[in-house]
Amino acid sequence: MNGLINRAIECFVRDSYGEAVWQEVTHGLGLDEAAFEPLMPCDPAVTTRLVAALSARLARESDDLSEDLGTYLVAQPRSEAIRRLLRFGGVDFAEFLESLEDLPDRARLAMSDLDLPAIRLHSQGAGLYRVEMGRSDGAGLRFGPVLLGVLRAMADDYGTLVLLDHRGSDSAREIIEVHLLDEAFASGRDFDLATAEATR
Amino acid sequence: MTAAAQAQAGALAAMLDRFCPMHVVIGPTGHVIRAGPTLARIVAPEAIVGARFLELFEMMRPRGVQDVAGLRALDGMRLRLRLRARPRYALKGQLCTLPPDASGGGPGAMVVNLAFGISVVDAVRDFGLTGADFAVTDLATEMLYLIEAKSLAMEESRRLNRRLEGARLAAQEQAFTDTLTGLRNRRAFDALLAQAVQGQAPFALLHLDLDFFKQVNDTHGHAAGDLVLGVAARRMLSVVRAHDSVARVGGDEFALLLPGIEAREVIDTVARRLIAALKQPVSDGAQHYRISASIGATLSRDHPGGTPEAIMDAADRALYAAKAAGRGCHRLHEAGGGMPLGGEMRAQGAAMRSR
Repeated sequence: MNGLINRAIECFVRDSYGEAVWQEVTHGLGLDEAAFEPLMPCDPAVTTRLVAALSARLARESDDLSEDLGTYLVAQPRSEAIRRLLRFGGVDFAEFLESLEDLPDRARLAMSDLDLPAIRLHSQGAGLYRVEMGRSDGAGLRFGPVLLGVLRAMADDYGTLVLLDHRGSDSAREIIEVHLLDEAFASGRDFDLATAEATR
Repeated sequence: MTAAAQAQAGALAAMLDRFCPMHVVIGPTGHVIRAGPTLARIVAPEAIVGARFLELFEMMRPRGVQDVAGLRALDGMRLRLRLRARPRYALKGQLCTLPPDASGGGPGAMVVNLAFGISVVDAVRDFGLTGADFAVTDLATEMLYLIEAKSLAMEESRRLNRRLEGARLAAQEQAFTDTLTGLRNRRAFDALLAQAVQGQAPFALLHLDLDFFKQVNDTHGHAAGDLVLGVAARRMLSVVRAHDSVARVGGDEFALLLPGIEAREVIDTVARRLIAALKQPVSDGAQHYRISASIGATLSRDHPGGTPEAIMDAADRALYAAKAAGRGCHRLHEAGGGMPLGGEMRAQGAAMRSR
């Protein structure tokens, strides 16, 4: 799974910070293209070193980078496929939130070695939700901040106004609070069940 | 119908719409009296209600259903149908007959529930269907998700395969190439020889050894030696035909495979040309280096059923004879174990000639 994670980080860094930064960091770590092959296994320690090196080079907390990575994965036209796969989760943002618990299973259906930690959704009424995601320290990357970025971008995608807050983490899980303010805040982006290719 | 019965019927109809958005209710005459919202979208509502069911849908299996009685007999069976209008989707479904109306006593209505099956991909595309057009329990969205996820993974896998195939070819090329001269290496030559032996077509094998190369290397150093090897390789390639193979099989040893050669005269000519080319001095601008070559040759036709090792061994022995005869000459291994015969013999004296 780490080949895929590293590839996602590569696309994010190249598109957001440019080729030169990417070359500098990967050369510094002595990484070649084999570490960024989505279908190939890779040692999670490589991801850990990569995130640490990027954080140092860009002078940004690794959690902030991870959150931006999550937003990037959904919002970038280049990774449109991920946004589409997530949009299959529900017809509106609330239903999408409800589908989060299925996300690890859905991810496994798409790629059998994509092993996301379990997600629990607690609805607390009045549009307030608490999302708990298992800690993923073995994966070389903490998924909590990534999920926060994904949620932010998906709310945008559905045209929903939300307040998101990473409420911290303990040894077992990370907690994100979602406050759904206005379901029909903006028009959102189109989602057609048929693929762009199929409609052409 | 009483008000209570009417309310009941209305509730049932709403439930059918929700649970089975692609259902059709067929009246006793075989005409459609209701259709679920998704089916109505596809067939168009005004066209569907009031039309004869069998005029809208063609029954593919079971075949031969012509009328209402035929339809009624399908109760509970697994049905395959096709929309008669374009885009002629294949559908599957099941029919259920309802009990006769309590007031009338005539035959009851029938309900057919339909589903897209595999044609769901086309229908979603053609009609812009959304999750709301399918029953909550319908797996259509999951199926579309899977199709999309799998084609992504497949595309990624194809890309990886292309990359690995490129790397494999490059590695293979590297594994079969002598990096100094760019000629094939021993491994490649062994494979070529084995292939040639299996292929039945005649060929000639030449084993060539550079004379005096060791002196050049020892006296003038490796750089001069490498230069001489590179030039020697190019000269050999310029003498042979495009489909002949030249390989560096040792430090200053080369092997040549010449397909289609059966005549000793041809070997004679090729060997003379090779030696003449290699005898030309090699210059690095400052100095001239002189080498020569000895060649042992054999023809595949002289080794019927022979293994690659046996053929190589014959060429080896001929090379040994050429070396023994004073170098700068070639010898052809003769069939039947006789002494090798070579054109340069005349220059070296007749003593070695066997017959």
